[in-house]
Amino acid sequence: MSAVTFAVLAVIALGSALGLVFKKNAIHGALFLVVNLGTVAALYLSLGAEFLAAAQVIVYAGAIMVLFVFAIMVLIPGKEETGPDPRRPYRLLALPVGAALLAELVLVVVARRGADTGAAAPIPGGVEAIGRLLFTDYLFPFELTSVLLLAAMVGVLLLARRRAG
Amino acid sequence: MVPETWYLGLGAALFAIGVVGVIVRRNPLVIFMSIELMLNAVNLTLVAFGHRHGSPDGQALVFFVMAVAAAEVAVGLAIIVAIFRLRQRLSVDDLSAMRW
Repeated sequence: MSAVTFAVLAVIALGSALGLVFKKNAIHGALFLVVNLGTVAALYLSLGAEFLAAAQVIVYAGAIMVLFVFAIMVLIPGKEETGPDPRRPYRLLALPVGAALLAELVLVVVARRGADTGAAAPIPGGVEAIGRLLFTDYLFPFELTSVLLLAAMVGVLLLARRRAG
Repeated sequence: MVPETWYLGLGAALFAIGVVGVIVRRNPLVIFMSIELMLNAVNLTLVAFGHRHGSPDGQALVFFVMAVAAAEVAVGLAIIVAIFRLRQRLSVDDLSAMRW
């Protein structure tokens, strides 16, 4: 992928992330997050991870974001952040903290970029390679995932049910 | 060819933005979405590292992260809905019942 394509995708990703954080309306934030997830899916494609790009769109941009939008519509958003912020100084403190964290992370990335080959061996990113890996080396975690999802489903039913009386 | 370091830098920036979102916002739904943003940044980092080392293991790890994130979102949203039923308000500043 050319550097220009990467730059465009990176700008879209960063812009939508900032939109999520700084837009008041939660629905707008959800739509920004969908844009961000789609952009990250495109970045996966550029890294040769086709399976993950598809899974990203289906699982994140599809299932999880539908859940979010449903929850936002059920919970009448936009009412809770309209009043004056009683803890404004603490929240403004988040910006320097975030900037410090970013500087730290970038410093680590730049300091450790020694093995940056650029054109590493082409890795098999297709469904076949991932499926083979999941059903051989990672078989036990894969089966545990199904138990986790089942437990989450039962837990959600228990939490969200209306108690009688 | 774009070097992986750029992907790592982008992942770091997205993660930092997610952290700021978690601290700044008062709506628990937006806080949750910021957490998703951070998870995504980490996933991008994992894929970039897998690309650098030429192994698909990083992608398998991202698959598991996605599954756990799906479970986490479902349970978290159920908890938020339950809290909203109890309180009729939805600001994390009001939720101090478990504060020591």
